[in-house]
Amino acid sequence: MNFELDEEQIMLKTAARDFLEKECPKKLVREMMEDEEGYSGELWKKIADLGWLGLTFPEEYDGVGSSFLDLVVLLEECGRALLPCPFMPTVVLTGHPILAAGTDEQKKYFLPQIAGGGMILSLALMEASGDFEASDIAVTATPSGDNFIINGMKLFVPNAHIADYLLCVTRTNDASNKEEGITLFLVDARTDGIQIEVLKTLTGEKLCEVVFNNVTVPAKNILGEPDRGWSIMKRVLVEAQVAECAWMVGGARWAMETSIEYAKMRIAFDRPIGSFQAIQHKLANMAVEVEGATSIMYYAAWTIMENDSDMALAASMAKSWCGETYKHATFDGIQIHGGMGYTWDHDMHLYLKRAKACEVTFGDSDYHREKVAQLLNI
Amino acid sequence: MDFALSAQEEAFRKEVSDWLDTNMKEISQRRSRQDALAGERDPDELQEFTRWWHKKLYDAGFVGITWPKEYGGRGATLMEQVIFNQEMAKHRAPGGVGGLGTGWAGPTIMAAGTEEQKKRFLPKILSGEDVWCQAFSEPEAGSDLANCQTRAVEDGDDYIINGQKVWTTGGMRADWAILLAKTDFDSETPRHRTFSYFLMDMHSPGVTVRPLREITGAAAFGETFLDDVRIPKSLMVGDKNNGWYISMGTLEFERSNSSSAIQYLNTITNLIELAQKMEHHGQPLSKEPMTRQKIAQFYIEANVGKYIGLRALTRQLRGQTPGPESAVGSLLMMELSQRIDDFAMYLQGPYSQLVRGSKHAINNGAWVRSFLASRGRTLATGTSEIKRNIIAQRTLGLPRYTQ
Repeated sequence: MNFELDEEQIMLKTAARDFLEKECPKKLVREMMEDEEGYSGELWKKIADLGWLGLTFPEEYDGVGSSFLDLVVLLEECGRALLPCPFMPTVVLTGHPILAAGTDEQKKYFLPQIAGGGMILSLALMEASGDFEASDIAVTATPSGDNFIINGMKLFVPNAHIADYLLCVTRTNDASNKEEGITLFLVDARTDGIQIEVLKTLTGEKLCEVVFNNVTVPAKNILGEPDRGWSIMKRVLVEAQVAECAWMVGGARWAMETSIEYAKMRIAFDRPIGSFQAIQHKLANMAVEVEGATSIMYYAAWTIMENDSDMALAASMAKSWCGETYKHATFDGIQIHGGMGYTWDHDMHLYLKRAKACEVTFGDSDYHREKVAQLLNI
Repeated sequence: MDFALSAQEEAFRKEVSDWLDTNMKEISQRRSRQDALAGERDPDELQEFTRWWHKKLYDAGFVGITWPKEYGGRGATLMEQVIFNQEMAKHRAPGGVGGLGTGWAGPTIMAAGTEEQKKRFLPKILSGEDVWCQAFSEPEAGSDLANCQTRAVEDGDDYIINGQKVWTTGGMRADWAILLAKTDFDSETPRHRTFSYFLMDMHSPGVTVRPLREITGAAAFGETFLDDVRIPKSLMVGDKNNGWYISMGTLEFERSNSSSAIQYLNTITNLIELAQKMEHHGQPLSKEPMTRQKIAQFYIEANVGKYIGLRALTRQLRGQTPGPESAVGSLLMMELSQRIDDFAMYLQGPYSQLVRGSKHAINNGAWVRSFLASRGRTLATGTSEIKRNIIAQRTLGLPRYTQ
């Protein structure tokens, strides 16, 4: 029985925090909110050089060969730093399914380029319904000789505007079982007929509308088997949920630590406000949520690493809990900071906005509680 | 990170599990009687049952698992104790005689007692022959425990004790008590340095225990009156005026929450059954979104508590000082248990008013008893407010409020 990070993981965490404190100050985060591309190419290259982008890929694809657990250690620090870059979409949402289901040719082509920082990818999953069940997939791909023709609109596609390739989830067969008839395509984002528009978001994160208008994709660009793409997506979603949790834990812990420091230092009525029980109990509640979030998130990451049969349940428990934790930590973080917390200058609002965005990404807490209820056969 | 058990631990787990499978069957008849009794709280029969079950556990070597062999323990690891607790919870097995002896008095005597005290008391704590209670709190000293007024005055080879203790769990049937009493009466001395820690024979002249009827109608604890009670000096634990620190060591002995999480998960299983049984307009309540959300949330919280507990356990196994996990875990779990019981009442609608013995009562009123008892869970062993203060001040490093 051992539920803590090992030495290498602690080293990775410390190194990541040091690197991000230096290379990703809030000034950069704020600039990137306004920036058209939304990320720094220079920083992206540095991250690639550190081996982060290929952390979970085998060495034969220029990766480091580390585990999913190692990855979440890193993502926790990225979340703390609010790192603005297409890390999650490139590595977790597309790199991992390519590694899991790609042909040798696909893996050899994509993975080394991802690891080297030379290629950005994203996942085109959600549509106008805003949900991500198999039954929500309505974008079609119709066979035409050696090609398929894709038509329809994808929404909330992260970083599509800078992506080289999009992993597009399409319906190729309208079976009664909606999980059948789904096919995944690796689509060159510069193919004729693709129109990408960046949406204006709360966080400044670049979520896009991607319209496919008679887009031709060669059949060899199918990832996995035709009509059987949903089984790949199920795993992607579980990993994405836990990766999102890691990001949230990092942000929530920042909000808590920043609020504690402020409460110790801010004097009112001749004493630090942190000596008042009204403030102490808020922070104690925050500590319960944040320590809980850390514990359940790492457990969920462990189930993924071990291919444990509990992974979907663990991921839903974690996503439900972490979503609320991050939100509460920033709500109370602003409250404890008083008027200062409400200003644009203070960084707390950056985290509050991110908390709201993370909450609805890959299912909010209600969604995941219902998932838990289903998995328990309630 | 690894949640797997070692081969030796797995073998022990199986031994415990097999033993419980066999013996739980054997006692099922007695146990159903005990369950029935639990409602009536016939204290004599309940005690007789508990002693009988304790002896079985003891004979099988499952009491005092981490205690050294020389004091009658098993000399096994903390992990094995945790595995045992988890298996007990999984099998829904009842506990043995007063956890106060094995959980608090025993470890304190082991840590701070004399060799003579260890030899005299530890074996009988394990065998269940001696039942222990705790005499710390007083009417004017609950959360503010350092306000205790009970006095111990030297007289020859004895101390003479006068005062009143309260919330003495099991006091009416206890043989021995761990007692905190004032031995320094100088008003200049900081209060924490005025107490000594004693082992008190509850059968001594001058000890009177009056049962305190509680919210459930039963009397699990009592008020203890101490009038010129003599305690030999040889029964002081540790140094004179150092009792506060010894008692804090006792209070901070926090066990891993991983087995209490299993108990809550058992309760959640019962709650799911209840929700599936109760109907509203012909549909089981378990199909209503609000019910599903609530139950799933409880399940998530119990698991969050479980994994917080396992982080705390990891630190404990390494001999590290408790981290933030211990305190936040126990706060989460005590409040969770109240939410579960309250929701179980809600699901029953008007039926939640029907108590044991009433026609139409659901599960013979078991949820009502559990609900009422749950209101005490944020009071016992430190109120939830005190727990929040401790988290804020000791774990998060926030300053104390001073005048």
